[in-house]
Amino acid sequence: MPALTAEQIHQRLSAKFGDAIGPLSPPKKDPHFTIAPAKLLEVCRFLKSDPELAIDFLQDLTATDHPKDGVIKVVYHFYSYKHRHLFAAKVHADRANPELDSLDPVWKSANWMEREVFDLFGVSFKGHPDLRRVLLPEDWVGHPLRKDYSEAGGYRDISNVRDNPLDLYLNLDRMVKAQKPAPAPPAPAAAAPAAAKPAEPAKGA
Amino acid sequence: MALDQITMTKVSDRVLHQDLGEMVLNMGPQHPSTHGVINFIVHADGEVMKRAIPEVGYLHRAIEKIGEMVSYNGFMPYTDRVDYLAAMFANEGYAIAVEKLMNLQVPPRAHYLRAISCELNRIASHLISIGSMAMDIGAVTPFPYALRERESINDLIEALCGARLTYNYHRIGGVAFDMPDDWTPLCRKWMDHFDKVLDEWDRLISRNEIFLQRLAGLAVIPAEMAISYGLVGPNLRGSGVDFDLRRDHPYGAYPDFKFEVPVGKGHAGARAGGTAGDCFDRFYCRVLECRQSVAIVRQAIDKLPPGEFMAKVPKKIRPEAWSEAQSRIEAARGEMAYYVVSDGGERAYRVRARTGSYLAMGIIEDLSKGLMIADLVALIASLDVVAPEIDR
Amino acid sequence: MTKFLDELIRGWGHDPGTWRLTQGVYLVAMLLVAVGLVTFGAVFAGAVSWWERRVAGRMQSRIGPNRVGPGGFLQWIADALKLLLKEDLIPEESDHVLFRIAPYFVLVGFVLTFVVLPFGYQMSATNMNVGLFYVVSITALVVVGILISGWASNSKWSLFGGIRAAAQVVSYEIPAGLAILVPIIMAGSLNMHDIIRAQGGNPWSWFMFQTPMGFAAFFVLFTALLAEGNRTPFDLPEAESEIVAGYNTEYSGMRFAYFFLAEWGNLWVMSAILTTLFLGGWQVPFLDSRLRMWEVAGTVPGWFYAASTAVFVLKVLVLVNVVIWIRWTFPRIRVDQMMGLCWKYLVPIAMALVVLTAFNEWVSFNIWGAKATQPVGLTHPRGWIHFAWFAVFGLLPLVAFAVKTRRNITLTGDRVDLTNW
Repeated sequence: MPALTAEQIHQRLSAKFGDAIGPLSPPKKDPHFTIAPAKLLEVCRFLKSDPELAIDFLQDLTATDHPKDGVIKVVYHFYSYKHRHLFAAKVHADRANPELDSLDPVWKSANWMEREVFDLFGVSFKGHPDLRRVLLPEDWVGHPLRKDYSEAGGYRDISNVRDNPLDLYLNLDRMVKAQKPAPAPPAPAAAAPAAAKPAEPAKGA
Repeated sequence: MALDQITMTKVSDRVLHQDLGEMVLNMGPQHPSTHGVINFIVHADGEVMKRAIPEVGYLHRAIEKIGEMVSYNGFMPYTDRVDYLAAMFANEGYAIAVEKLMNLQVPPRAHYLRAISCELNRIASHLISIGSMAMDIGAVTPFPYALRERESINDLIEALCGARLTYNYHRIGGVAFDMPDDWTPLCRKWMDHFDKVLDEWDRLISRNEIFLQRLAGLAVIPAEMAISYGLVGPNLRGSGVDFDLRRDHPYGAYPDFKFEVPVGKGHAGARAGGTAGDCFDRFYCRVLECRQSVAIVRQAIDKLPPGEFMAKVPKKIRPEAWSEAQSRIEAARGEMAYYVVSDGGERAYRVRARTGSYLAMGIIEDLSKGLMIADLVALIASLDVVAPEIDR
Repeated sequence: MTKFLDELIRGWGHDPGTWRLTQGVYLVAMLLVAVGLVTFGAVFAGAVSWWERRVAGRMQSRIGPNRVGPGGFLQWIADALKLLLKEDLIPEESDHVLFRIAPYFVLVGFVLTFVVLPFGYQMSATNMNVGLFYVVSITALVVVGILISGWASNSKWSLFGGIRAAAQVVSYEIPAGLAILVPIIMAGSLNMHDIIRAQGGNPWSWFMFQTPMGFAAFFVLFTALLAEGNRTPFDLPEAESEIVAGYNTEYSGMRFAYFFLAEWGNLWVMSAILTTLFLGGWQVPFLDSRLRMWEVAGTVPGWFYAASTAVFVLKVLVLVNVVIWIRWTFPRIRVDQMMGLCWKYLVPIAMALVVLTAFNEWVSFNIWGAKATQPVGLTHPRGWIHFAWFAVFGLLPLVAFAVKTRRNITLTGDRVDLTNW
């Protein structure tokens, strides 16, 4: 059961699909290559059925958002239990309208992983049997893992902003100080008895 | 709020559509089963289910988004929360991925300490899984027994790293603290005791007639189905696939250890109707893995090399621009894969934790047809799904 | 009971037959007895809840309640008070009338069985000719209450619990009834006290050890009564991990307490029935022949009443303990397995036992003539046969059990430590 290296796999795929397979990345750890979106399903079926590749496990399906390049790169990791080789491939989806083929007909593990990518990045997958949000509520607005995601300010009347607690404490401090009465001015000796006398008849009456 | 002002969470019609004679029930999200906050929308015809649709996301804490906002080192405590019952593995996976990016060589003592802490955590996690499986079937007593054994593990790990649940023990480049001097004899003493406890449990739980009747032959997952749906770890091995990352793609100190990999083959026995890939096999693989983990820890303690426990790591971790790495480790709940993309800055561009429990949820709907509601509980328990791993 | 009251009236100088207040005295006496029985049922339910929680705690390597009162003994009083003071929540969408009265069905069905249960020599509220038949029929009220509560709660999980309970209890009435027939045939009467009299104080004179059918019938009845009482392994109607709390999900406060009072109190009823039918009831060991002597002479001493009560209570408490022990050891079986167990195993076995018992009685009748209504001692060949079965079914399992327990304890390196409560 020979485990193929990344170069051998890349070569095998390029031989079969030609232009649809991009060049192998420079070895900055974990080499990967791109696959053209149009041929994705075909390539994956080949990956599964080819006896030398024999990819039976879609190990990971995730995405990275690159607003500067205008793409969402959907990253696939493929593994073969038979040959024990692993490799990564990326598919670039246009950021304005990201849509790819679903790999659910090929590997069932794609089902939930594609739902997560749809939920958090907004990439829709054609042919997915049940494409709806998985981690977030169904009526959530926005796709959080995108780099330009900003929260809508709340979800169903539950606000997600609040006053800074420190500001609240400072306000409280100010309010308490304002209510405390001003300290009494030092009364002159003459004013005190004069003040006391009219008070007493008033008290008596 | 008045009754008419409370609005239910919107759930799609495809999920709620009800056939004639069907009852739609919610099992969860608050539920006495201990697997966390997961909701199941069950379409049942009496006791027999037609579909059980999982609804997850109640514990979604946006950990992957946080990974883009904190430094590489600062993200380590967050990895604990990816699976708080087996936190060491999450720590290790992330550490290995970033070490790959930075080309760091971790000293051998650190590898051994990582292996020891991880295997102890594996035992602790499996204890919870076994105990809660027994509790879901109805036998309440094994759960406190499991917790009692787990207390000893918690004490041992607390002596190592200071925490009992979310450890934050591994670091990028090694581990945070060295082993205390008097740790090894305590660990050996506990392991001698634990071996006998496992024997007792075999008699009490694994060979119990009612247990076997409930679990044997239930929800059989053949090997091809397990691989296609992406099951990993004990779930995959329970279906008969002989694969373990520690043996087949060894990392860290695992090349130095000799251990067996338990595989499901109808352990319940033919008389009870056991088949490879049923619930009992998945459960029993975990029990057997506990024994193997004890063997690994024994070997690791005996061969522990002296030296540094942390590599020389730059103060600010800045991997090369646009490099990426994926690490795979054999966590308690299966293969956990961390995929880290760096853009050259101090913070990661993308951190992705692909966990075993998330993939296991995908198979539940397709397995649930024809099962009874009591069986659904047993199925979830046998797949050992935990909400933090699913939702992150 | 009437004889005692008549004596009392004569003591006051009136003739019970003609005094116009006789019926009034009877009525007052019956009310007092009824209150006493209900109180006993409720207090026992509370006390056994304490005992169960302590035993469960020790079995699970933890202590159980230990703060309220010595050894936590007042915990159940605290719990009862708390439940009494709780808000009475009635779900708005539920059926208000049915929701409110459901617990009372359960309570009444449970308490009414105390009317015929014996407590000691000549100590029971009534001495019905058809006592056993009455018990079997009155416990059916409980299932009505559970079904009503499941339906009236207007919650799907409660409905599940209620339907499961109905299926379970109704199904297990059959093997219970058939297993009860075995001691009835052996004793020749439905009266509880007559059945006890047909047994003796010594273990080999109990119906459980007299014949192998008695032994098997004990276990069939034990299983069936566990199922009727919704105790694990048959607690599907209230299966915690699956359907939250089943039929009493929506109940809170005192209504919830009634359900649990009935369930715990049912432990006494269950065990009392088993003791009466199979374990010799209130018969005191070694005093069989003396009892016969006293009855003929009419001079049964007062301490015998106390001794017989003590023996009965002891036997019942041992069985209660066994039921608690089983609850915290075994997992729960599934609905279809429960029904399969009942209809595919227990019912045919129980039917076979009834037929075999009848056959056995016919054979004994032909060999030894009519059976005396008093138990036979070891002087008679029948007594030897009983002793032989006792040795096989009683002594042997006891010794095997002790040996196995000791082995289990020493294998884990553990030891018996009775000082650790």
